[in-house]
Amino acid sequence: MELLEEKKNKNRKYEPILHGIPDWPVYQLSKNRKEFVELVTRNAIERIKMLRPTRKQLIDELEATAYREQNRIKRNRWRVDPKDDSRFWSNIKNELVGLSAKDPETTSAVEDALLEKIVSRYANEIAGNFKPNSYRFTREVVKFWFQRLLNGARVKKFGAFFRNQYTLRDKIHVVGKVKMLRALAKKGTVVMVPTHFSNLDSILIGWVIHSVGLPAFIYGAGLNLFNIKIFAYFMNSLGAYKVDRRKKNLPYLETLKMYSNQAIQKGAHSLFFPGGTRSRSGLIEKQLKLGLLSTAIEAQRNLYQQTTEGEVRKIFVVPVTLNYNFVLEAPDLIEDYLQVKGKDRYLPEEDKYGSMELIRFMFKFFTKGSNISVSIGPGLDVMGNYVDDEGNSLDPQGRVIDTRGYFISNGSITDDKQREDEYTRMLSQRIVSEYHRINRVFASHLAAFVAFEMWQKKHPKLDLFSLLRLPEEELELDYTEYRDTFKRVRKKLYELKDAGKVNHATHLKGKVDQVIKLGIENVGIFHLKRPLLKNKKGNIITKDLTVLYYYHNRLVGYELEQYI
Amino acid sequence: MSSTSEKPVGVIGAGNFGTVIANILAINRKVFLYTRDEQTAARIKSENQNKGYALHPNVEPTHDLQQVATQCDVLFPMVPSSHFREMMRQLSPYLQPYHILIHGTKGFDITLPDGQSLENITRLTRQQVKTMSEVIQEESVVVRVGCLAGPNLAKELAQRQPGATVVASHFNEVIQLGKRLLRNDRFQVYENNDIVGVEIAGVLKNIIAIASGALSGLGYGENAKGLLISRGAVEMVYLGRALGGDLKAFLGVAGIGDLVTTCNSPMSRNFTVGYRLAKGEKLPDILADMTEVAEGVNTVRIAKKCADHYKVRALITDRLYKVLFEGMTVEEALEFLMRYPLNVDIDFI
Repeated sequence: MELLEEKKNKNRKYEPILHGIPDWPVYQLSKNRKEFVELVTRNAIERIKMLRPTRKQLIDELEATAYREQNRIKRNRWRVDPKDDSRFWSNIKNELVGLSAKDPETTSAVEDALLEKIVSRYANEIAGNFKPNSYRFTREVVKFWFQRLLNGARVKKFGAFFRNQYTLRDKIHVVGKVKMLRALAKKGTVVMVPTHFSNLDSILIGWVIHSVGLPAFIYGAGLNLFNIKIFAYFMNSLGAYKVDRRKKNLPYLETLKMYSNQAIQKGAHSLFFPGGTRSRSGLIEKQLKLGLLSTAIEAQRNLYQQTTEGEVRKIFVVPVTLNYNFVLEAPDLIEDYLQVKGKDRYLPEEDKYGSMELIRFMFKFFTKGSNISVSIGPGLDVMGNYVDDEGNSLDPQGRVIDTRGYFISNGSITDDKQREDEYTRMLSQRIVSEYHRINRVFASHLAAFVAFEMWQKKHPKLDLFSLLRLPEEELELDYTEYRDTFKRVRKKLYELKDAGKVNHATHLKGKVDQVIKLGIENVGIFHLKRPLLKNKKGNIITKDLTVLYYYHNRLVGYELEQYI
Repeated sequence: MSSTSEKPVGVIGAGNFGTVIANILAINRKVFLYTRDEQTAARIKSENQNKGYALHPNVEPTHDLQQVATQCDVLFPMVPSSHFREMMRQLSPYLQPYHILIHGTKGFDITLPDGQSLENITRLTRQQVKTMSEVIQEESVVVRVGCLAGPNLAKELAQRQPGATVVASHFNEVIQLGKRLLRNDRFQVYENNDIVGVEIAGVLKNIIAIASGALSGLGYGENAKGLLISRGAVEMVYLGRALGGDLKAFLGVAGIGDLVTTCNSPMSRNFTVGYRLAKGEKLPDILADMTEVAEGVNTVRIAKKCADHYKVRALITDRLYKVLFEGMTVEEALEFLMRYPLNVDIDFI
């Protein structure tokens, strides 16, 4: 059988695990939004005071915060920022002036009040706004239009626009441990941590969560996404909470972490991109942001400490990779990456795409055959141990272990920030290695990888930047040579798969010429300048080596370079 | 102290170092001293001494691994690196995530594909070469791991001569615990959070110890030794960094401290190997005379093959490898090193 088509799609419809939206934890959170925001504020204030125990330290921190916020307002303003931002912070600053010089007796309440003002403002900004009606509406709209587009584009017959021959399920392949994910979501609280390549990820993953029958997750979505109106609407209706990467001050970060921590403790399934931002280089994330990740560990420890009777609700971390042939923003991302590489400077977040670009992209996406696959990884406990379908943590020998023990010192559960920082680091390493294991390689990734590495090998003396400066006309790979290399690397990829170190799409196993053809046709399919093409002689050329480098990066980290 | 903190601690392995450490720990706590063999445990118990060291009254010899693991939260594995993984496999079923392990073993663990041996494999990577803390984490659920390293000659410690050790761990909790348990008025404990660096330093110094023996065998004096130790330390830094250690570990008690001690210990097996090589004997003959393998001989093999893989300049290791396994004489090796043109003293700070 020719395997170039994806294996008969097993994607089926899953029954929701919780039928009524009122049962969803995320709904409960937003129904009691006010109380929840207060809870977060209270706890965050307590935490900040623990970290800045003296009056002097607290005032210094508040001064630094006000200074940075005013700077942010001056330098990097966004549409979503509240109108009174500038007034609010100048008021804070005025109240802070000279506070440290004053008598602590008479002013002791002032800094507490200021802290509360700030934290409560942040908590309100961060908190999500899930509305069941708007969620249902969005869901139906998305489904309806996606389906129309899909059918209109694929079945080229009059009236096909209103047929239901194709659904999103044909377009987006969900593979991996779906059943386990569903089981774990019933048993405990799921923290989903996907790779992040494109702004489309958020919507895609929202659809995936719905389609496998899970209740809406709370999202840690970049505040910048809320600049784009259409996204803001989607995000709000999906239960997103807002993460503002411009704000690096301690009160903000602690409030954000507390929000995530408390929501997880309340049983809200939660999702964030632990890479923090879209992968600029196209590499699978190697370094994760530890802040939000640490809240999963802390929430688990809190649950162990606070649950006096019955079973303790467990938290499960589920890594997910999103696999694309094409990333809309690739040319900009890689440009950012190359500019910054080696230079450790601040990277302003810019979004060049408005609502129209997005719709145009959506249309392209549906009219051309570019499938997406989403790999759901196996569940982990907060220490990165695999769990079984019942949620038991297992050691490498398959013995059941009690996660509680990791927090025990001298016979009882203790708070130890340094220990948990270390656990967070370990968890992040586990997630990264899990990403590499479940990463699903497409023909297009391999085609890009092989071509770029061959060019690199042909110019051994050039560093990356000099290589990228070569005129594209000078780059041509003999097809037979390319084919042989492709075959050789593909074989190594099979071996890696057998060793459980990577996954690949079934289409990769077809006849080599056809797989290469498929790969070349699909890599970066909608870019104006195509990263890979065949010329009239049948040889391999590129119109954009930089973007090719981006797609090639997807396969870096498996040590496949040595087989080029 | 609360009653739970009075739980006994376990020492696994009743060699020289294990016995001495058990005695030091016994000042603060009740200690189980585990040995594999039932008779040995019985003998230690009846004689109330082991390897010539009288046992502290708080030390109880045992051969029941399960008992040690269930009664103690804190264990100190002190078995040779060649048996370490096997020991961990036996211990692992009894270990829980609340256990804390602080090991005192200096050596690498090597896992090779079938059909390959340390002799015939050409290159080694960190996939194959593991430190003991890594073995503990691979074989058990224990994550809070620490290690002990430093200039710790068992004999001198037993005589209560002044000495120090480093407790290294990623976890402050483990370091503080190690300090609390080990420290006394004759034994200072330093902290380091680069556990892998400290472990690697403790192994690599064995290479320089062989070289030190060789210089001594050629009859050279203190200038030569000073040269060797300083250049040896630099080489350890290069190698150690390639293997995942941090510079600081090599400059401290477990690095320079241990190195100086080892290079000045004519009784040590590594030193003896070097000494006799310089006298013109061949390696197989020297090893035939020894009851235990000098750890450094294997370390040279491993370090040389790692250096090749990670493209690290490690001249002393490389020459020693040639002397040990390729028939080069010690004089030739020394001549090569003395003529080598690259003379930057320190280029890594």
